[in-house]
Amino acid sequence: MSEAIETARTYLRPSKKLPTVWCGGCGLGIILSAMIRAIARVGVEKNDVAVVSGIGCTGRMPTYVDFNTLHTTHGRALAFATGIKLARPSLTVIAAMGDGDALAIGGNHFIHACRRNIDMTAIVANNSIYGMTGGQYSPTTPHGKRGTTAPYGNVEHAFDVASLAAGAGATFVARSSVYHARELDRLFEKAIRHKGFSVVEAVTNCYTSYGRLNNHASPVEMLRWMKENSVPFAAAAKMDPEELEGKFTRGVIVDRELPEFIESYDEQASALAENPVAVEQVGNILRRFDAAAERLNPKSG
Amino acid sequence: MGRRLILTGNDAAAEAMRQIDPDVVAAFPITPQTELMHKFAQHVADGDVKAEFVLVESEHSAMSATVGAAAAGARAMTATSANGLALMWEIVYIAASSRLPIVMPVVNRALSGPINIHCDHSDTMGCRDSGWLQIYSENAQEVYDNVLQAIRIAEHPDVLLPVMVTFDGFILSHTAEILEGLEDPVVRKWVGDYESKYTLLNTDEPVTYGPLDLQDYYFEHKRQQIEAMRNAPKVVRDVGKAYGEISGRSYDLLEAYELEGATRVIVALGSTAGTAKAVVDEMRAAGEAVGLLKIRCFRPFPEAEIAEKLSRAKAVAVLDRSVSFGAPGGPVHKEIKAALYGTGCDIGLVNYIYGLGGRDVSMDHIRQAFTDLTTIAREGTPSDGVRFLGLRD
Repeated sequence: MSEAIETARTYLRPSKKLPTVWCGGCGLGIILSAMIRAIARVGVEKNDVAVVSGIGCTGRMPTYVDFNTLHTTHGRALAFATGIKLARPSLTVIAAMGDGDALAIGGNHFIHACRRNIDMTAIVANNSIYGMTGGQYSPTTPHGKRGTTAPYGNVEHAFDVASLAAGAGATFVARSSVYHARELDRLFEKAIRHKGFSVVEAVTNCYTSYGRLNNHASPVEMLRWMKENSVPFAAAAKMDPEELEGKFTRGVIVDRELPEFIESYDEQASALAENPVAVEQVGNILRRFDAAAERLNPKSG
Repeated sequence: MGRRLILTGNDAAAEAMRQIDPDVVAAFPITPQTELMHKFAQHVADGDVKAEFVLVESEHSAMSATVGAAAAGARAMTATSANGLALMWEIVYIAASSRLPIVMPVVNRALSGPINIHCDHSDTMGCRDSGWLQIYSENAQEVYDNVLQAIRIAEHPDVLLPVMVTFDGFILSHTAEILEGLEDPVVRKWVGDYESKYTLLNTDEPVTYGPLDLQDYYFEHKRQQIEAMRNAPKVVRDVGKAYGEISGRSYDLLEAYELEGATRVIVALGSTAGTAKAVVDEMRAAGEAVGLLKIRCFRPFPEAEIAEKLSRAKAVAVLDRSVSFGAPGGPVHKEIKAALYGTGCDIGLVNYIYGLGGRDVSMDHIRQAFTDLTTIAREGTPSDGVRFLGLRD
């Protein structure tokens, strides 16, 4: 217990904005604490971590944690995070996003970050709804489930976040839920340690918007639903599709090696630096710039 | 004549949209607009309207879908706020230049950053040059009335430009008022059927929207937009008058409130005009010659009318709920200054930036402005021509 309190004291900003803005029964606090435990276990210094978010309930996450944090605009967390990583490759960069943030308004950034394989971690807190704005259906609202903009059920179909990430080329993809808090922090830890772009989908509950609209009795009942309707990935491989109907799988789904973006970039740059022809060409270009600058703005005297 | 309703500003806009029953509505949630689309989505789900409703993946897509629908000949609408409008930006210009008569309620909210969800006019003032008409609303009744009028204004053949109907976030969007709504058949007749002159779906006369337009004709097409904007004031006025015949509430480009004999005048738009009216009433009762000029139609800017209305004032305070960084005053102030140029009037003019990020503006603030105007009427335009109301030192 004392260790937990110590961790909280180290990583939270109690003087700032606590208690959180999140509703009672919300799973985001569990995700936040799992993220902190994972970072503590990886052992990276606070000042070497950057946590970036977009907009929405999950967007508030950086406010509470004592890292380098950036709260950006809707859908753009990964774009900002990419800039941070490129400028300071030594930082451990984590983008925390909700499903609407990561997959609707920020969907394009999401798939391209996966494809690029830049060494960052994306946490997608998936509560199947736009919580903060009041329960509009999102890209992960299941078919037939209700949102305030789908009062009689969603006619669209949901993204499978992990499959999307895997398909787009992420080199580490995992999923768990806020019921499985310990599993979640182990997956976050693996994701942070992974060299390349890692995605962890954290299935969570928005009782206030999604739960009440979809006849869930309580936040606890929603957690119980996660317990009863999720299957570890290995076990699921041995099950029939019918048995898996309406359930989600947990665990590491993709873990593979692929050249990382910044390393590949640096390698190419070093190779060019050692190539006399390239050096000559770049030198010529720079000399032409200098000559043009001199013509435009001659040095006096 | 009408139905007595208790509605918030968002409800009022949604009620107008229900009665208009556009062909296509595309939306994306953003505070404080969100409830407007909740209400409309409920009408769609309940089958109260025939509109096709789609919740897209961003505001950029919302405006794009609306433009697509309008180009296909549909009466198309969307709504947004602040950063949502900012994200639409690219397509906002395309809607205007494609001459698509889209009507969009915009619930005014401060643009990020820092992140703020409350009212100011930085969002709509930021796109004042985008080629959209802009009509600002003082209360929920005006929200309702303006949305209904906007359809007729936008679709008028002399205009054919998109219209933003703006109203103050939370102050109007989330507070309930009693207002009068028209009966459904009256609205149906008022808006009529929309017949697009050039539609993508007319295969007998195929058209292209948005092709490359370079040095050859781009300039001439911009000229056409300028002309359409020039035609708009007459249409706004005519529609406002015609609306009076069905509702008992007529509208003009401006509203002159107790301007008769007023030497000290405040210019405001949006809900602050209501606050200012209360102060004017109070001060008039105490025998003070004060008045209010409310700008309803900010785009196009009715400069001649404003210059005329202010010509008899000795001192004028322009209230701006947004900043034009680095410019000599807020957007409304600058344009009023320009409108007065060359009219030969001798008016002491002062600008107040107020209410940014939802900072409350009280009757005391308005009183303070009127008090300042007493000195300005005597001494002329002060050297500190741009001041702040309600700002901590």
